[in-house]
Amino acid sequence: MGNPKIIQKIVFFLLAAATVAIIIPVALIFIIILVNGLPALTPEFLFAAPRSGMKAGGIFPALVGTIYLTLGTMLFSLPLGVLAAVYLTEYAKESWLTRVIEVAIVNLAGVPSIVYGLFGLGAFVMFLNLGASILAGSLTLAIMTLPVIITASREALTAVPKSFREVSYSLGASRWQTVWKVVLPNAVPGIITGTILGLSRAAGETAPILFTAAAFYLPKLPQSVFDQVMALPYHIYVLSTQVPNVPVKIQYGTILVLVMLVFIMNITAAVLRARFRKRKLW
Amino acid sequence: MQKRYFEKLVEAAVFLSGLTAVLFVILIFVFLFRESAVFFSRVNIFAVLGGRNWYPLSEPPQFGFLPLLLGSLWVTFGAVVVALPFGLAAAIYISEVAPARLKDILKTGIELLAAIPSIVLGFIGIVVLAPWLKNLFNLPCGLMALTGSILLGFMAMPTIVSIIEDSIASVPRSYKEGALALGATHWQTIRRVILPAALPGIIAAVMLGIGRVIGETMAVLMVTGNAAIIPTSILQPVRTLTATVAAEMGEVVRGSLHYYALFGIGLVLFVITFVINLVADLVLHRKRV
Repeated sequence: MGNPKIIQKIVFFLLAAATVAIIIPVALIFIIILVNGLPALTPEFLFAAPRSGMKAGGIFPALVGTIYLTLGTMLFSLPLGVLAAVYLTEYAKESWLTRVIEVAIVNLAGVPSIVYGLFGLGAFVMFLNLGASILAGSLTLAIMTLPVIITASREALTAVPKSFREVSYSLGASRWQTVWKVVLPNAVPGIITGTILGLSRAAGETAPILFTAAAFYLPKLPQSVFDQVMALPYHIYVLSTQVPNVPVKIQYGTILVLVMLVFIMNITAAVLRARFRKRKLW
Repeated sequence: MQKRYFEKLVEAAVFLSGLTAVLFVILIFVFLFRESAVFFSRVNIFAVLGGRNWYPLSEPPQFGFLPLLLGSLWVTFGAVVVALPFGLAAAIYISEVAPARLKDILKTGIELLAAIPSIVLGFIGIVVLAPWLKNLFNLPCGLMALTGSILLGFMAMPTIVSIIEDSIASVPRSYKEGALALGATHWQTIRRVILPAALPGIIAAVMLGIGRVIGETMAVLMVTGNAAIIPTSILQPVRTLTATVAAEMGEVVRGSLHYYALFGIGLVLFVITFVINLVADLVLHRKRV
C-alpha cells in the first residue's frame, strides 16, 4: 500500500495541522481578550468600585480581594508544602508510607475544584465556624495548592547535589542544620518558581471560593480576615451570568486584568527559573 | 541538650507536614461522607443513583442523580473524543517531528492554555464558541453538551499532550534506532515502535484528562445550558454533577435535605476522580518497572 515516504509526508502534515488547530484558538483567545479588554483599562477601572449595579465603575474591591486571598493561600501552603517536601526528600526512606504520601499528593492534585469548595464549606465555614471569609477561602485554596508546591519543592530539593549534604555532615552539622543552612538555600529558586505557579492557579480559581469566601458585591473593602471578599474570578462569573446587560467592555476589562495577573505570575516564574538555571553553580 | 530537643521538635514538625497530604485526602473524604451520610440515610440509595428526576425544589423533592451523572458522562465522553486525536497528534508532532525552535514555541503555547483560568474559558465559550455552534447547526441556542465537550476537550489538551510527550520521551532511544536501522521510515518507527512502547503513558494521559474534565466546574456550568434532563443528543442542554453543586449550593437552605444531597454529589465526584487518579498513577508507575 502506497509509498511509505509519501505516507509519512501526509501523516506529518496532518500531525502539524492538528497541532496548529490547538495553538490557533489559544492565540485567538488572547487576541479577543486584549482587543476587547484594553479599552476598559483606565485608572478609574482599576481603582474604583463597581457602580450602578455593576454596569459602570471599576473592579478595585475584586482586585484587592484576589490579592488578599492569594497572599492568604501562600501563608498556609508555602511553609506546609516546603516542610512536606523536606520530609519526603531529606527524612523519609523508601517505604510504604512514602508511597502512600505520594499517592495522596497525586490524588489531592486531582480532586475537582468544586469538591474543594464543598470541603471548605463543610470544614472551615461550618465546622470551624469561620463563616464565608478570607480565612476560610485562603485555607481552602491552600489545600488545593499544596500538591503543586510539594511537587515543585521536592524537585528543587532533589536537585541539590548529595555532596553538599555530605560536606555539611562531615563538618558535624545535624540533619536539620544541614537542611536549613545548606539544602534549603540552594533550593530557594525552584521553590519560589513552584509557589508562584501554584498561587497563579489559586488566583484564577472560582469554584473553591464560591461558598467559602466570595461576595457578590461589597460596598467597602474587608476589614479583617473574617470578612467576606469580592474576587476577580467570581466577579467575572457575576458579570457574565448573574447580572444582565453588563457592558462588554467591563466584562472583557475584568477578564483582561485577571488574565494579566495570572500571566505576570507565570512569566515571573519562568524568568526566575531561566535566570537561576543559568547561574547555577554546580 | 537544648539543641537535641530543638532537633527533635523540628523533626516532628517535618514529619507531620509530610503527612498533611494524606491527612487532607482523608479529611476531605470524612467531611463529604459525614455531610452526605445525612442525605443517604434519609433516602433510598438506589432510588437516588438510578433516579431519573432531579427536582430538588418540588414537593416532595426528587433527588435522582442519573440525569446529572449522564450529563457529566456525555460531556466527558465528547471531550475525550475531541481531545485524544488532537492531543495525541500534537504530542507526536512536538516530540518527534517539529524542529527544535518550533517545538519550544508550540510547548509554550500549550502551557499558556493551561494557565488560562477556567472562568475565562467559560466566558469565551458563551460569547464566541456557543454562537458559532448555534449558527453551524442552526439551533435555537448554542449552550449544550457539545459546546461543553469542545471547550473541555480543549482544556484537557495541556494535560494530555504533556503526559503523552513525557512517555514518548521515555521510550529508550535504542528502540527507535533499531527500527530506523532496519530501514523503517520515521513514521513507521513512530507507529510500530514508539507508540506501542508509550501506550501506558497514553492510557494514563486519557485517564487523567477524563479526571480533569469530569471535575471541571465553572466553564461547564457556563456553557452547557444547565437543564437537568437525561440527554438524548449532544445538541441538547445538559447539567453535570459539578455544575449542579456550583449552581445550587449558593441558594440552598443550610441543613436542608437538598444541602446534604449536594454533598452527596460531591462524594460521588470525589470517589470517581479518586479511582481514576489512583488507576492512572498505577498505570504510570508500572511502566517504570
